[in-house]
Amino acid sequence: MLASCLAYKAQNLPYNQQIDAALLVFRKFRSHNLFFMPTPAVTIEGVSYHYGERRALKNFSLEVEQGSIFGLLGPNGGGKTTLFKLLATLLPLQDGNITIDGHCLRTQGAQVRQQLGVVFQAPSLDKKLTVQENLVHQGHLYGLRGETLRKRILGNLELLQLADRSKDLVETLSGGLQRRVELAKALLHQPRLLLLDEPSTGLDPGVRMDLWNHLHSLNQSHGLTLLLTTHLLDEAEFCNRIALLDAGELIAEGSPDQLKKDAGAETIRIETSTPDLLAESIRIKLQLESSRDGRTLILQNSPIPNSGRFALLENLTQNFSTEIDSISASRPSLEDVYRQKTGRAWKNTEVHS
Amino acid sequence: MSRPVISHFWLPMITLWKREVVRFLRQKNRVIGALATPILFWALIGSGMGTAFRPPSLPVDQDYLEYFYPGTMLMIVLFTAIFSTISIIEDRREGFLQGVLVAPVSPFSIVLGKILGGTTLAVGQSLLFYLLAPLVGLHFSFEGVFLVTVTLVVLSVALTGLGYVIAWPMQSVQGFHAIMNLFLLPLWLLSGALFALETAKGWIQWIMFMNPLTYGLRALRQAFDPGPSSPFTWDSPWVVGNLVMLVAGMILVAMAASMTQRTFRT
Repeated sequence: MLASCLAYKAQNLPYNQQIDAALLVFRKFRSHNLFFMPTPAVTIEGVSYHYGERRALKNFSLEVEQGSIFGLLGPNGGGKTTLFKLLATLLPLQDGNITIDGHCLRTQGAQVRQQLGVVFQAPSLDKKLTVQENLVHQGHLYGLRGETLRKRILGNLELLQLADRSKDLVETLSGGLQRRVELAKALLHQPRLLLLDEPSTGLDPGVRMDLWNHLHSLNQSHGLTLLLTTHLLDEAEFCNRIALLDAGELIAEGSPDQLKKDAGAETIRIETSTPDLLAESIRIKLQLESSRDGRTLILQNSPIPNSGRFALLENLTQNFSTEIDSISASRPSLEDVYRQKTGRAWKNTEVHS
Repeated sequence: MSRPVISHFWLPMITLWKREVVRFLRQKNRVIGALATPILFWALIGSGMGTAFRPPSLPVDQDYLEYFYPGTMLMIVLFTAIFSTISIIEDRREGFLQGVLVAPVSPFSIVLGKILGGTTLAVGQSLLFYLLAPLVGLHFSFEGVFLVTVTLVVLSVALTGLGYVIAWPMQSVQGFHAIMNLFLLPLWLLSGALFALETAKGWIQWIMFMNPLTYGLRALRQAFDPGPSSPFTWDSPWVVGNLVMLVAGMILVAMAASMTQRTFRT
């Protein structure tokens, strides 16, 4: 009763206060719940998907917490786009189950769609229409109309600093502004979960930062859950949790920091003119495996105790001073995590530019 | 706690319908392409063929430009239907339609929005062409305008539905062009637009006999020139033609809805 009263009152408030009110309702409701179990934003259980013979996802399971920024990171062809399409209800589920905010994707399609805001990689705006017209159509698709819709549009345009461009045709806007209109459009019906497919692909660095500033503030102030796919390692660093996908399987999951920590304390890179020889010597003398990337040897496979990290550096430089051209130690990057989990180098294959 | 969410129907349908029309009016080349091409065809083919050959079935007082006039109008409807549905292909993979497909919208309202949009454009453009009717000695009357408009609406729904059904499963616009040349244009050619069924060769006559558009065009012809019999009898070409096209249209709309539904099922 309390919840529905508050929800009713919230209808006449501006956008951000509405979200706040909705959150309040949500929290009140939760706190009255005896079995305090927050519903995850997304639960994926044993999902497999195949296109004909080719398997794109293999028995994939994952849980995304409310209010997190969750990244699905993987090389192209890793299965993240398939997962995105399944979550966005663009592909039918084959095996397994997905629930979004407690709603089952199979049986409660309309509810799930109402909870979802989707930002596509390819623009979904009608370029022949103005910003305002695009948002009006979007509102109508979600059953919003009249004064409610007008207020929502106004609120969202202000939130994303687009108010002065509302009468402009979308085709006259820059790429960055168009992406922001996409965001305004996806948020119009106040989704609980925002799905983004490769959000910064095709955007230049400045615009990318601007987009991320907006995404962060939405996440922080409105508690919106963000779930995004990306093949860019630096974009994955913006997330507070990531799932690493490779060949349709989940190979690692955790916060970027945690994953990097788990991958070993240090990555040691050695430049040498005789990589194979040196690798062999290191294996014999120090019982350490290394991988080779051109003229660089990378030692990271075996976890090196934190305390002994400089000891190993010292050890290496003393033992192989003649073979080593240069040596460096750094904390592992997500690239190293991927290499360690798959045994292959991360290929930054940007197909769309 | 909250009311159950159901897929929205009327509002999305109307908004998609409106979008189709607004979008069209903002693209001048589409307006010209869909209207000027058939008029050019009509003037060139109509005048050229009219003197080169004369279908034996043509009444003595009718010139070929006049004979070809309803066929041209059918072509306008066909072209507009094609152009308004061809966008489905691109829009579904990247474009406006992606956003529609993830919204809680009834698939039927997507189909109807698109088809009503296409129909509005096709009827609007054909009615513009109708203004040229006095040039070939066809006169406006209240009854005539009514008969023509009803027929145009029925034809447009069916042809936009056909365009939708063809475009929906297509992966590329090129594929649609192939279908247009191999299927849609012959469909029009063999509807009696250029030559009458009675004078055609045996096998062509059979195809024309099976072609629903033949009956649609007959209805349109009678709407322009009722002839000796009244169009308001059960067996008049106007009633039969409209019924045939109405049934075809309903089947196509149902097919379109089921195709769209299939994409939706989760």
